[in-house]
Amino acid sequence: MNAPLRRVGVVVMILFGLLFANLNWIQAYKADEYRNSDYNGRVQVAEYERKRGNIEVGGTAYAISKETGGKLRFLRTYPKGEVYAHVLGYKPVNLGETGIERTENDFLAGTSDQLIGNRVKDMFTGEETGGGNVLLTLSKRAQETAYRQLTDNQVGASKGAAIAIDPRTGAVQALVSMPSFDPNPLASHDTTAAQTAYNKLDKDPNRPLANRALAETLPPGSTFKIVVAAAALENGIGQQTSIPAGSSYTAPGAGKPIKNAAPSICPEPQVTLREAVTESCNTGFAQLGVRLGADTIKEKARQFGFEQEDLTVGQLGEGGLPVAASRTGDIQNPDGSTDQAALAQSSIGQNNVRMTPLQGALIAASVANGGSQMRPYLVRQLLAPDRTTSYYTAKPRELRRPVSGQVAGDLRDMMLNVVKEGTGRKAAIDGYTVGGKTGTAQSGPDTPDHGWFIGFALDRNGTPVSAVCVELERAGSGGSAEAARIAGRIMAAAIADAGGR
Amino acid sequence: MTAAAVPAASPATTGEAAGARLARSRRNAELSLLLLAMVLVAAYGATVEANVLDTVTPDFWIPAAVLGLVFLGLHLVIRWLAPFADPALLPAVALLNGIGVGFLRRYDLAKAEPDQRETLAVFAGKGGSQLAWTLGAVILAAVLLAIMRDHRSLSRYAYTLGLAGIVLVMIPAVLPGRFSEVNGAKLWIIVPGLGQLQPGEFAKLALLAFFAYYLVRKREVLSLASRRVLGIDFPRGRDLGPVLVVWLISLLVLVFEKDLGTSLLYFGMFVVTLYIATERVSWLLIGLILFFGGAYLAYVLGSTVGGPFANFYDRAQIWLDPFAEPYDRGYQLVQGLLTLGTGGLFGAGPGGGQPTLLPEVQTDFIFAGIGEEIGLFGLSALLVVYLLIVERGLRAALAVRDSFGKLLAGGLAFTLGLQVFVIVGGISKLIPLTGQTTPFLSAGGSSLMANWLLIAVLLRVSDGARRPVTGGGPVARPAGSPPEQLHGAPTEVIRP
Repeated sequence: MNAPLRRVGVVVMILFGLLFANLNWIQAYKADEYRNSDYNGRVQVAEYERKRGNIEVGGTAYAISKETGGKLRFLRTYPKGEVYAHVLGYKPVNLGETGIERTENDFLAGTSDQLIGNRVKDMFTGEETGGGNVLLTLSKRAQETAYRQLTDNQVGASKGAAIAIDPRTGAVQALVSMPSFDPNPLASHDTTAAQTAYNKLDKDPNRPLANRALAETLPPGSTFKIVVAAAALENGIGQQTSIPAGSSYTAPGAGKPIKNAAPSICPEPQVTLREAVTESCNTGFAQLGVRLGADTIKEKARQFGFEQEDLTVGQLGEGGLPVAASRTGDIQNPDGSTDQAALAQSSIGQNNVRMTPLQGALIAASVANGGSQMRPYLVRQLLAPDRTTSYYTAKPRELRRPVSGQVAGDLRDMMLNVVKEGTGRKAAIDGYTVGGKTGTAQSGPDTPDHGWFIGFALDRNGTPVSAVCVELERAGSGGSAEAARIAGRIMAAAIADAGGR
Repeated sequence: MTAAAVPAASPATTGEAAGARLARSRRNAELSLLLLAMVLVAAYGATVEANVLDTVTPDFWIPAAVLGLVFLGLHLVIRWLAPFADPALLPAVALLNGIGVGFLRRYDLAKAEPDQRETLAVFAGKGGSQLAWTLGAVILAAVLLAIMRDHRSLSRYAYTLGLAGIVLVMIPAVLPGRFSEVNGAKLWIIVPGLGQLQPGEFAKLALLAFFAYYLVRKREVLSLASRRVLGIDFPRGRDLGPVLVVWLISLLVLVFEKDLGTSLLYFGMFVVTLYIATERVSWLLIGLILFFGGAYLAYVLGSTVGGPFANFYDRAQIWLDPFAEPYDRGYQLVQGLLTLGTGGLFGAGPGGGQPTLLPEVQTDFIFAGIGEEIGLFGLSALLVVYLLIVERGLRAALAVRDSFGKLLAGGLAFTLGLQVFVIVGGISKLIPLTGQTTPFLSAGGSSLMANWLLIAVLLRVSDGARRPVTGGGPVARPAGSPPEQLHGAPTEVIRP
């Protein structure tokens, strides 16, 4: 019986050899794939081992990690979640992160190359110092005012956005998208609950997860007249130059005439450019646009930032929250010639013209800042976990120069007049000079109009302190006046608390 | 026996005779190896504490010391009752058992609240109860060594054991699911409020003792009466009876207890003992064909008919592609693979992994849980320790002089190896996953006690094998026992 026993011994060795070979396959060949698999909970646990850094606004942390004692050691929480939701985003366990939580993820998590020194130090001291802190440019007061005023708007709009920037630097002072959402349930360690909360937000017809201030475009209506006015000023037309107006204008080839918002607006056949801006004269601007030509309008809009597809708002280098491109759209007939009717409509911000609230604020900011458009940014500083070393400090830089100083001066005068005696009176702030432009854009044949306001505030020395854009989606009658009022409040708050730069 | 094997067997016999003349018990070697094993277990415990608690508590050595005392007790019993037993068996098993206790304690630390970790009592949690079970199992092994002074005495109770084995196998199948089913496998006897017992673990020993006895008696007719087909000697139809019975039993286990692993284990165990007894490859072929045929049939029936076969079909599907439903049916296996992969070559270090992420890490998946922390190198070492135990068992079978002892030790050693193959192969996706315990590592008293009993039998057989032929040694054959006839005879050489 010994021979079969020996053979059984060999068989056992072969079986164990198979086990050994298979373990080699799994633990050596497939190890990396399995280690980093999406299904591997250790990836998350490791991520939650180190305390994630804060995201701070004006010295207060609005995204903080709290120790839980559970398997995932830290829970991400967002005090005042809804107010800052679209800027901070959220850092969930299983879903994808968004906002600054996404764009500054490596630094917050402490895994960025910049923090290598800290990690090496940790290795020797045996401590876990956690991730770095991100300091934002936002002004607490402006942000909270924007959120409150937008959600409590007096025309009952349920969707909208507001953004305020410092015209001198491009630092974002406030950024709100309405409706907002509470990011806390999404960061829950109960992944099923987080998924349920996400699904609910995702299916909401009002799309609370969308960042309307940066990533959604709407027809800008009369706010676009500033672009057309800039083109006119560069083409030999002055503030006091008379342009054709009238109560009605029918462009060549158009079926329907363009009218003004009220019969009292520019019924006379000629008005000055200044009056046309102040009263928001549709017939005047439609004819002005047709006279200047589609290419001139499109080119001017492009110089203000329309058509840029790769703008991001975050740090001043790479990365950041994506910004949708604003568009002047198609103004051509099928044969390639200019569609004059479309051009007339485009000149008053209708037809296919689409703009993000950020683009509106950038137009106002360029005007206020003497024609220089500063690159918008949200991240002011990156601080080491121990808060002693700064790894990044924003150095504001010009993004583009859409108009000359002289044209900017003329536009500024006219916009100041809009708030002084025109359609934007509600934006006025005591002790500051405020300029702006209202806009009412048709949203569709049977739906209420969108209300817009773009504007800026200057201090007593004429230095610009804030530029803003407020948009109330389908706000209906009085929407643009309400947008002007909210814009004034936001700028007043930004003046009181300038935020970080 | 084949012609080539005869000369091979002769030197072994002479070598054994030479060893017997020297009569070296090697008990001191056993003691030193045991101490080494316990030092390794203590070091494992210290590393775990350093990784989990960031400090090594002054009490880190206590579990290893308790284990050491328990094993030292068994060592003394062996010195007294089985002085010529194989000296490598006890230290090897003690190492595995100690690592098992250490890992379970490490699992308890991970489960405990952070502020209670440093004060976790020695007998608390899974690790503590495993420590207690170890004590019980080792006492049981010592008692078996004391009662069974000669392994041949087992053959007297062969039929009783065979019947007991079948009854033990059958009980969970006939019990209602609420008294027998855990995680989809009906393998248990659950006494509500008291605990649960896996009778199959013990049945395996009882059945093997019966097989060995039965086959020693029948081996001549099974090996001699044959028909030659294609150059291979096939047995006569009527001699196939017992094989078919066991095949049916194992298929019933597969279907009604929903456990492929146990069924594979019983059948493999029987076929291999049959092969050892008859030296006929045809039995292996018949066995393999029957098993794979049966498994394939169950798979096909599972996919078409469903019912009792559906469980097997499910498991086969998961095995073929665990990542198809990574959060659902494939969850366990996927997590097992990810755990092993995370361990990589060197592992995260004892205490450095995250065993709480792996379901069933204290039982079926303990090998993967340990693998995350000691890596491929550590797991290879564990496999070598298992292989060492199996091969030492087979060595005892080679050296022992009676047929019953050869079959018993050979069958037990192979069964142990096969069980390791079934479970480790299962969690590493080499074969479909089935719920088997990992011998000496998995939490659970039944498995631990049954496997320690198995080791006690191997110790007894190896003692019988290495004991000097003349002089009787310190332990004489029990007085008054009648001279053994068949199973007392020296190794017969049978020619086909």
